[in-house]
Amino acid sequence: MQHLIKLAFLILLSVTCYAQAAPLQIEITQGVASAQPIAVVPFSVGANVGVVNVDVAAIIAGDLSRSGRFKTLARTDILNRPLTADQVNFRSWQALGQDNLVIGSISKEPNGQLSVQFQLFDVYKGEQLTGFKIPTDAKNLRGVAHRISDLIYEKLTGQKGAFSTRIAYVTSRVNIAGKIEYKIQVADADGYGPRTIVTSSEPLMSPAWTSKGDKISYVSYERGRSSIYTQTLSTGQRTKLRSFKGINGAPAWSPDDSQMALTLSKDGNANIYIYNVITGAFRRLTNSYAIDTEPSWSPDGRQILFTSGRGGKPQLYQISVNGGRASRVTREGGYNARGRYAPDGKSIVMVHRVGKKYQIGSLNLKTGFTSVLTKGNLDESPTFAPNGSMILYSTKDGLKSILAAVSSDGKVKQKFRLQGGEVREPAWSPFK
Amino acid sequence: MKKLINIVSLMLLSAVMVGCSSFGGGDSSTSNGTTGTNGMVNGATTTGIDGGTAFSGHALDDPSSPLSTKVIYFEFDSSAIAPEYEAVVAAHAAYLAANSTVSIVLEGHTDERGTREYNVALSENRAKSVLDLLSLQGVTGSQVDITAYGEEKPAALGHDEQSWQLNRRVELVYPAH
Repeated sequence: MQHLIKLAFLILLSVTCYAQAAPLQIEITQGVASAQPIAVVPFSVGANVGVVNVDVAAIIAGDLSRSGRFKTLARTDILNRPLTADQVNFRSWQALGQDNLVIGSISKEPNGQLSVQFQLFDVYKGEQLTGFKIPTDAKNLRGVAHRISDLIYEKLTGQKGAFSTRIAYVTSRVNIAGKIEYKIQVADADGYGPRTIVTSSEPLMSPAWTSKGDKISYVSYERGRSSIYTQTLSTGQRTKLRSFKGINGAPAWSPDDSQMALTLSKDGNANIYIYNVITGAFRRLTNSYAIDTEPSWSPDGRQILFTSGRGGKPQLYQISVNGGRASRVTREGGYNARGRYAPDGKSIVMVHRVGKKYQIGSLNLKTGFTSVLTKGNLDESPTFAPNGSMILYSTKDGLKSILAAVSSDGKVKQKFRLQGGEVREPAWSPFK
Repeated sequence: MKKLINIVSLMLLSAVMVGCSSFGGGDSSTSNGTTGTNGMVNGATTTGIDGGTAFSGHALDDPSSPLSTKVIYFEFDSSAIAPEYEAVVAAHAAYLAANSTVSIVLEGHTDERGTREYNVALSENRAKSVLDLLSLQGVTGSQVDITAYGEEKPAALGHDEQSWQLNRRVELVYPAH
């Protein structure tokens, strides 16, 4: 029995900077009729470039259609493939009902460097809206494709594109020994190239990006109790935050990364504290006998939104970072928890109970109006894309937990599927 | 994979139903239960046979004692200990008070409903309810440790009330047992 106990306490833990993992698959489950039609012509590849196994145009088209703002022309309907601006017959694209057209090429410069060139046209005006030549190497073609998507999206919507960003999330699966194995992974925003950054036989939870996007903090139970670790993505190196008796949870970085809000129960029950990176000091921010947890920083760094049970049921409250009186933010519904500010600070998303269902709600802070964005029974952990266009969250798909995304207006929905495991607690990275 | 999860959750469920009280390391078998009580010299273990009536194992494993119950279940969103568990907690309190060198870990858990960090705090409150009762009955604070797992370590993997009621729990784990 002693051996068994020792085994049970033996933690299998590995921290890696980059380990390959099974890819996520994305499926758009609800689009909008008002999406702008756009044709992305397959990019031509120069004869001296060699073999290119990245379909740049397909990645751009995928990004644009996933945003819900665009409807891309199916490749089978793209009959002529202009290589240069003077080859474009705008009337034929008008006839296909397209508003915009993208053409491009991959070529090799005399100095041996690869470059990707693209042009975006307004089909009706018959003019170029934007165009760039981006130097790259074969390994970064996928990244270049996302950059082009960002530029096209920004030109046509006026809003910065978030296709070059990343997502972090927690996975768990039951291994052959019947034990649950926990991981935190990081993938491109389109689900491509997931990498495991930490694996443990004890729970991992609450991944949180630094505002700079170079590190992720998370909660790990690897020492038999909760501790907060901060891991640098490029090296895989991590540091453990000084931990206290009781809960060490819910890390959230301030917009300038100089402070971390977190939950500790060292002085009794769960309350919000502010950790100052420079002085190493922990300052207690909330002071209630009920549960206070799940802090989130306002974009201007002045307010902390948090969940509190002080009114009997969990609701969201806001308090100045300097302390003082907390004011209640949510009024509608008997359960509102784990709020996150939109990047513009004008609204918040949260877990909102409707009847017996836990769904993602969005509260307009100006009007006080709450809208329900999702339809699941157990939706949780909403996280905004850094441009505010989409919200990623976790939902149940049958028995399994998967990630799903919804546009901030609730109109466009998509599911992210990962092979063979539970996926939850998504955290969208800031802009690069 | 779904099948595998189903099978595993069935296994976990049945394990709970036959009275296996803990998955957190506190589970113990009666086969080596003589350790400590009957004495163990140079690795040899003596076991009484032919008795039949008296339980020869460790007091914590005696199925006729409330000490054999090592999981306390809770109502939704509640950290109040139901009256039916008061005798169980009292038995553990008496055992711990009588054995001041023995320590216990109270592992708090919740079902999957509600947000994760809030559930960590709720599971801590459940463990603290047990701690408060133990303290009232003479157990010293240094004997008791709490780990709040929230919904991260479910005992049953289903998404219905049947699973949820098995997951809203505090496990009483004796690390040295």
